[in-house]
Amino acid sequence: MSDIEQVPVSLTVNGKKVQRFVEPRTLLIHFLREDLNLTGPHIGCETSHCGACTVEMNGMSVKTCTVFAVQANGAELTTIEGMANPDGTLSALQEGFRQMHGLQCGFCTPGMIMRAHTLLKENPNPTEDEIRMGISGNLCRCTGYQNIVKAIQYAAAKLNGTDIQEAAE
Amino acid sequence: MNDMTPTREQREAALEGMGCKRKRVEDIRFTQGKGQYVDDLKLPGMVFGDFVRSPYAHAKVTKIDASEALKLPGVIAVLTAEDLKGVNLAWMPTLAGDVQMVLADGKVLYQNQEVAFVVAENRYIADDAIQLVEVEYEELPVLTDPFKSLDEDAPVLRPDLDGKMEGAHGPRKHHNHIFTWEVGDKDETSKAFTEADVTVKEMISYHRTHPSPLETCQCVASMDKVKGELTVWGTFQAPHVIRTVASLLSTIPEHKIHVIAPDIGGGFGNKVGAYPGYICSIVASIVTGVPVKWVEDRMENLSTTSFARDYHMTTEIAAKNDGTVTGLKVHVLADHGGFDACADPSKWPAGFFNIVTGSYDFPTAHLEVDGVYTNKAPGGVAYRCSFRVTEAAYCIERGMDILAQKLGMDPADLRIKNFVKPEQFPYQSALGWEYDSGDYHTAMHKAMDTIGYRELRAEQKAKQEAFKRGETREIMGIGVSFFTEIVGAGPSKNCDILGVAMFDSAEIRVHPTGSVISRMGTKSQGQGHETTWAQIIATEIGIPADDIMVEEGDTDTAPYGLGTYGSRSTPVAGAAIALAARKIRNKAQMIAAHMLEVSEYDLEWDVDGFQVKGNPQARKSMKEIAWAAYHAPPQGIEPGLEAVSYYDPPNMTYPFGAYFCVMDIDVDTGVAKTRRFYALDDCGTRINPMIIEGQVHGGLTEAFAIAMGQEIRYDETGNVMGASFMDFFIPTAVETPHWETDHTVTPSPHHPIGAKGVGESPNVGGVPAFSNAVNDAFQFLGSTHIQMPHDAWRIWQAAKELGAHG
Repeated sequence: MSDIEQVPVSLTVNGKKVQRFVEPRTLLIHFLREDLNLTGPHIGCETSHCGACTVEMNGMSVKTCTVFAVQANGAELTTIEGMANPDGTLSALQEGFRQMHGLQCGFCTPGMIMRAHTLLKENPNPTEDEIRMGISGNLCRCTGYQNIVKAIQYAAAKLNGTDIQEAAE
Repeated sequence: MNDMTPTREQREAALEGMGCKRKRVEDIRFTQGKGQYVDDLKLPGMVFGDFVRSPYAHAKVTKIDASEALKLPGVIAVLTAEDLKGVNLAWMPTLAGDVQMVLADGKVLYQNQEVAFVVAENRYIADDAIQLVEVEYEELPVLTDPFKSLDEDAPVLRPDLDGKMEGAHGPRKHHNHIFTWEVGDKDETSKAFTEADVTVKEMISYHRTHPSPLETCQCVASMDKVKGELTVWGTFQAPHVIRTVASLLSTIPEHKIHVIAPDIGGGFGNKVGAYPGYICSIVASIVTGVPVKWVEDRMENLSTTSFARDYHMTTEIAAKNDGTVTGLKVHVLADHGGFDACADPSKWPAGFFNIVTGSYDFPTAHLEVDGVYTNKAPGGVAYRCSFRVTEAAYCIERGMDILAQKLGMDPADLRIKNFVKPEQFPYQSALGWEYDSGDYHTAMHKAMDTIGYRELRAEQKAKQEAFKRGETREIMGIGVSFFTEIVGAGPSKNCDILGVAMFDSAEIRVHPTGSVISRMGTKSQGQGHETTWAQIIATEIGIPADDIMVEEGDTDTAPYGLGTYGSRSTPVAGAAIALAARKIRNKAQMIAAHMLEVSEYDLEWDVDGFQVKGNPQARKSMKEIAWAAYHAPPQGIEPGLEAVSYYDPPNMTYPFGAYFCVMDIDVDTGVAKTRRFYALDDCGTRINPMIIEGQVHGGLTEAFAIAMGQEIRYDETGNVMGASFMDFFIPTAVETPHWETDHTVTPSPHHPIGAKGVGESPNVGGVPAFSNAVNDAFQFLGSTHIQMPHDAWRIWQAAKELGAHG
């Protein structure tokens, strides 16, 4: 074990209170993945370019690879693991990604869905351009984004109770 | 038949078989963050490995002192080449017949080369320890320009090959020379050029880039010393090959090695080869007796584990005045970096680059490829393409545009004039391939009509006039690309990896209640095999796809296969699946005959069961037959209902497509906007159109990235300039164009279901479409060829050089 002194952190993750001791230098992504076993958020770059580690923290999208766990002290976090409906069914966004073929390898998906989740709170009825700009901090190497945009439009329509316009190609 | 009996159409739809836009099975877990990727694995006592890397591109390593690092609490071991020599693993063989250092053995050949492997209790301590390992280097002259590799006074990069003038692919002619690969008829081609009305010649470079999947390369190695068994979980596109290689290198018997590829976060060719990280993790686990995890960071990924392209193609075409091509001559200078770790079938040092005659009926051609060493990372992987096929497609598609320009012909018309005609298939190409099927004319005309090609040309002409009159600063380019790929490696007669023939396999077991488990030798990295493989089986044996579980990646349970890359899964494993399913159907027919008390020849297949010819009421569904196979197997027939098929393809498959890119370029800023991109693909029979379209979108986005800016560049001292997402262009949703997709269907005649493979077509066809659009835009200003990548800075420079800035 390393000699570095551990400090306490206490936060709420997916509605549950958690308390742990961590080294001050522990990144939030490692805390989530290794201490809390929440392996949905992924590590793609460690430089906050790719967004695979995105979660919602205090209502904002946060890339957890460039935040220390101690900075999340007292915060409220939602990760992809907290996204399904209470009865275990897929939420509108999760369903949208499946219906519109908005994912392939699945590695960017947890971060992409979490970003879209916060985006739709900021702007419940975004245009295509607003969606594209809104997810531009999240990289995908498989889909070319076109069906991700449709997935988010699907979820927006479902949440707003409007018609879903287009099927996946 | 009463009203409740489902119709034939309803029974067919219920299967969700081939041709259905079936939603993906994988998405249930991926959308909930429940995928199981390598880094998600946590084993009791697991420790972490990480590399000390060289800051220099070419240097002697004179001393490695790990004593301070070993004093740090939590550090378990530091491995160097000296330690690996004890187990004969300081060097490893590459897929290309070369050898590669696992850890620096006396010298380094590229920046960030692996020098020592630190093993510590966690990633943070491993990082701390790396800083404490002291390495002394003695710098050597650096060679990064492949055009200088064969200079007489070029530095010697590989003293280990000193005096070895015979390489894995024939004679070497210089200390930095790897191979010369020659195909075609040199004399006939020279004659064609002598007799030609018109010839063109251009050096067309395809720059170095990287596949860069979002998940980097990683593994966990766990040696159980009591049982003498090694388990390796890793990001392996070809897990069986990794197991065989691990056995050969470690001398652990193959049955005591368990290689498992769990969910993979994208591969694109990056995860085919064996890397020092895997070897060091295995050795470290053997040494420490605990599981060792190794996870690359992004910089390590971009700068060390493989690169793609770096082909410099001097291209010459001979033609008649009417545009008929009469000969093709290509010389490639191939930069392989410090070691030839090209991931091609073993007998193909330049992959299938001899597909370079493309979609055109060249009567004769000659190709020569020279591979050379430089102080750059090793690799040469097939980044979302079959082996060197995207380089070949770029070469010929740029070449045809350059010829059209010289002749004053429209580039689409020139292509149509020279297309291989439908009646010429199967077509023997001048460089040795037999194209299986194609209807290029239909595809091209459909594409041109859909985008309104002639109208676009008229608009372009008007814009050029307006530009000349000073009324606009915007110019317009129309990129035409008509590619033919060669995928589905491959027939054992000419394709192997380290001696293992490139077949693939499928095993299908029907359970007593009529549901199925099936396993294949391939490994999905996002292609959706769990969804599509079940669709093939559903159609073939009439069991709903939802009742079919597909498993890949565990070498203990899956039949041996060569993995997923080079668009080989559908052409090879897809065929094995269909044939295994047909074996099951044949046995089911015998069982059904017994059940119905008729001869099996009196039965016919109908969607999901067998019925008596002329009496469709007398039928047995597959579900009923499955139960009978276990419950009351007929005498003389083995109980159970399962089959295995190993498929050795008789030929490759040859997907093709017509791509058009319409681009508007601001000459003052160099900003290029893709107004339209239309992609028509013909991949033969379509298994899941939704997944095909998704693959085309993704591949086009990668093509866009490569053509418009993505590059691994080196400075003169060998510093790698593109090794983070700050410098390496990955398009976001904002830059990525809108994609229009279309298709024609020309089935492969030799494939059991007529499918050809599609995952890589958009990258292969997309890059020339983008580059041709940029080049087409500047043609009227006197430009012949502008090298990729076409980022705004380079486009601005080209505009300046052409005098467009006044």
